[in-house]
Amino acid sequence: MEFFRIKRDIPFMRHALVFNIISLITFVLAVFFLATKGLHLSIEFTGGTLVEVGYTQPPDLDQIRKRLEADGFTDSQVINFGSARDVLIRVPLKAGEETAKVSERVHASLQAVGGEPQIKRVEFVGPQVGKELAEDGAMALMLVVIGIVVYLAFRFEWRFAVSAIIANLHDVVIILGFFAFFQWEFSLPVLAAVLAVLGYSVNESVVVFDRVRETFKKQRGLTTPEVINHAITSTISRTIITHGSTQMMVTSMLIFGGPALHYFALALTIGILFGIYSSVLVASPLVMWLGVTREQFVKPKKEKPAGMTEDGACV
Amino acid sequence: MNKYPLWKNAIVIVALILGLLYTLPNFYGEVPAVQVSSVKATIKIEPKLQARIEEILTASGLKPTGVFADPHSIRFRFADTETQLKAKDAIEKALNPDPADASYSVALNLLSASPDWLTAIHALPMYLGLDLRGGVHFLLQVDMKGAITKRLDSLGADLRTLLRDKNIRHGGIAREGTQLAIRFRDAETRDKARAVISDSQPDLDLADAQEGADFKLVASLKPAAQKRIQEFAIKQNITTLHNRINELGVAEPVIQQQGADRIVVQLPGVQDTAKAKDILGRTATLEIRMVDDEASANPAIMELAAQGQPPAGTDYYVERGGRGLLVKKQVVLTGDRLTDAQAGFDSQTHEPAVHLTLDAAGARIFKDVTRENVGKRMAILLIEKGKGEVVTAPVIRSEIGGGRVQISGRMTTTEASDVALLLRAGSLAAPMEIVEERTIGPSLGADNIAKGMHSTLWGFLAIAAFMIVYYHLLGLVSVIALTANLLFLVALLSLLQATLTLPGIAAVALTLGMAIDANVLINERIREELRNGVTPHAAIAAGYERAWGTILDSNITTLIAGVALLIFGSGPVRGFAVVHCLGILTSIFSSVVVSRALVNWIYGSRRKLDSISIGQVWKPGV
Repeated sequence: MEFFRIKRDIPFMRHALVFNIISLITFVLAVFFLATKGLHLSIEFTGGTLVEVGYTQPPDLDQIRKRLEADGFTDSQVINFGSARDVLIRVPLKAGEETAKVSERVHASLQAVGGEPQIKRVEFVGPQVGKELAEDGAMALMLVVIGIVVYLAFRFEWRFAVSAIIANLHDVVIILGFFAFFQWEFSLPVLAAVLAVLGYSVNESVVVFDRVRETFKKQRGLTTPEVINHAITSTISRTIITHGSTQMMVTSMLIFGGPALHYFALALTIGILFGIYSSVLVASPLVMWLGVTREQFVKPKKEKPAGMTEDGACV
Repeated sequence: MNKYPLWKNAIVIVALILGLLYTLPNFYGEVPAVQVSSVKATIKIEPKLQARIEEILTASGLKPTGVFADPHSIRFRFADTETQLKAKDAIEKALNPDPADASYSVALNLLSASPDWLTAIHALPMYLGLDLRGGVHFLLQVDMKGAITKRLDSLGADLRTLLRDKNIRHGGIAREGTQLAIRFRDAETRDKARAVISDSQPDLDLADAQEGADFKLVASLKPAAQKRIQEFAIKQNITTLHNRINELGVAEPVIQQQGADRIVVQLPGVQDTAKAKDILGRTATLEIRMVDDEASANPAIMELAAQGQPPAGTDYYVERGGRGLLVKKQVVLTGDRLTDAQAGFDSQTHEPAVHLTLDAAGARIFKDVTRENVGKRMAILLIEKGKGEVVTAPVIRSEIGGGRVQISGRMTTTEASDVALLLRAGSLAAPMEIVEERTIGPSLGADNIAKGMHSTLWGFLAIAAFMIVYYHLLGLVSVIALTANLLFLVALLSLLQATLTLPGIAAVALTLGMAIDANVLINERIREELRNGVTPHAAIAAGYERAWGTILDSNITTLIAGVALLIFGSGPVRGFAVVHCLGILTSIFSSVVVSRALVNWIYGSRRKLDSISIGQVWKPGV
């Protein structure tokens, strides 16, 4: 079995401009949603209290909401989590309140509503910790970007490094755009997924770039777009199969992983799908625009001293 | 050409055997156990205790399947939960005859059921995080400013005494924020005071200031002293927390410093957060009282006292050695006056000793009391939950002034450090606040394990099916290599005892999904070489060789992301990062070396190889 039976190199680079415009539009849209809607940050970042409660019978959410409001939790959020019998309650931080006791008060309110609530999970994050987690997350992202740029610049060339990181950061922004548009909860595991996918997508660019370098070295007389077309065409089968395999694992997580892994797997899915597109069809045109040529990879031959014979002998 | 030298094959085989060995404990599951640990810091876990519990168990006709002892606890393994519960009741009854005043905590626990020889080579099951086993996690912030101001307040009292002793008149000492301001009438007195203070308080930085007609001396703590106070505060708080948590009967509590001013407390299996919070926030006090020596020497009175009828005005306590003691109710000093307690040695006799430092007010009281009671004994008591315990009861040899007290005589070095620890453990050095709390119910934990396992299993099966259908025999080789990767990863996690969390399980799945990339790269390269008309043997060699550079590059970029998460991640995300990084390392080995060893074993010995089973290789134009 072979999926890809490609006779000639596919002229990807002829449509380079189109790809870049598509990217630009999605990118701008993602930034737009991020700016207007913003991320729905989990309490890990914002601080607050989260209580997950299990019931034997599906409870009346409205009743719980009313009770909580009456008990002073005006901004609390009550939703179903995973199933109709599981309820998730989020209580934001309030200044001047004894925050560490919120979970116990919520529990008391729920018991007043009735229905034998069973506390399954409580998370409380103070304001300082939340701020630090957000800062640490930003630092981690920075470190990944710098690390990858330095490594690629060292292994290949700065043009590759810059193109790869632009292409993949554009993935990251698009993932965040999705989370902003749908108002999915952005939590620490999602951040981990985003960073993992960033490292993973750069692989794609690396595989293509490796081929570009190899083709430049091996074959003379090809123009830069032709070299890139050849490199993409000869790796496309591997790219699709690899991503397909990883996606199988991630899909399995989406199906069997339950609510705790849901957004983590979702971020990975978007990252993987856009990763194929961007690392191949965004990074490569960028390399081309940045002006990669054969000379950057083939060491120039030493010039012979004047009058030297063909066999190179001299005294 | 496609043959591995013996040493390479040997490495692969040894790695696989080790991997299998260290993965093994995870399959045995857990058996019920009873864990006995000491609640009171004055009571130690000794071999004698183990023998005693074994006697208790034999007496009730229960037989443990295994006994494990370490300096902090003794654990007994039992065949089933029923025996476990019976054993717990029996031990509890025998060791703690008075439930209101328990000396030992007898807790139910789960121990690995793996055979002893595996435990002996340190092969243990993976260490599950709280989100998988259920329990409470607290992050406590130590109020360092509180520790500093507490110290400044007591320093202020010291300075007042000092200036009075030296007959230096001042216009008041007040704490202003993190500084002490001392007012004087004139510059001359101030200079005199400065000389005296800098002599006796090396921790203070002194600066002159003028405010209206007042001459001020502003004293602030030197940065080194502040650091020392903060380190001391966090250490003391950790010690105190240890003592309190022991009482909760938690099998494996984790109490660790995190960063400069935070403490992590993890209590697996604990569900009652309200009680846990209550215990964490409780304060204990230290009291110094005089011993009623005459009454203590009278056997008749002591016998009555032991039965709960001590003479009026005294309390009956049992010393560490087991002897009874009558202590007067009047409190001489409380722990608030104690600023430090360290184990050390007597400068003359070189015997182990405990050095106490009292603040100025405490020193004055101590001086008076010791002067009047030479030859008598004083008792240092730790009062918690309204119950007291004698830490030590030394004899007063002479008047002690200056606030530096040394307790020595008939002590071993361990005893000295225990007493010092106990004295410090009395109360929290600085107030603490809960800044993060996470409670996971046990059912949710088990649920999380099941979900994580199912995701990994089905994803793995899907990849395996696809690889075998698409690449035939070489696909099977890739799947075996991937299995080896999983084996190595689980073995490493077990060996390192890294905490496995739900994101950690997700990382296992994700790493496997990504690791297959290396084998896809290799297989595609081999196909490509075959397409170009290279002989099968050469295609295998070229495929592995050419793919290697790419595999290395792509894994390093993924590793960069993993390391960044490891550095900046905390809690569950750290669990993700650890597994992710380890998984990348094991995948390089398994996908390249292990799979090559297999391919070599299958094809290497055939001199004439017509084709490779790698699925259909399509050639353009055919």
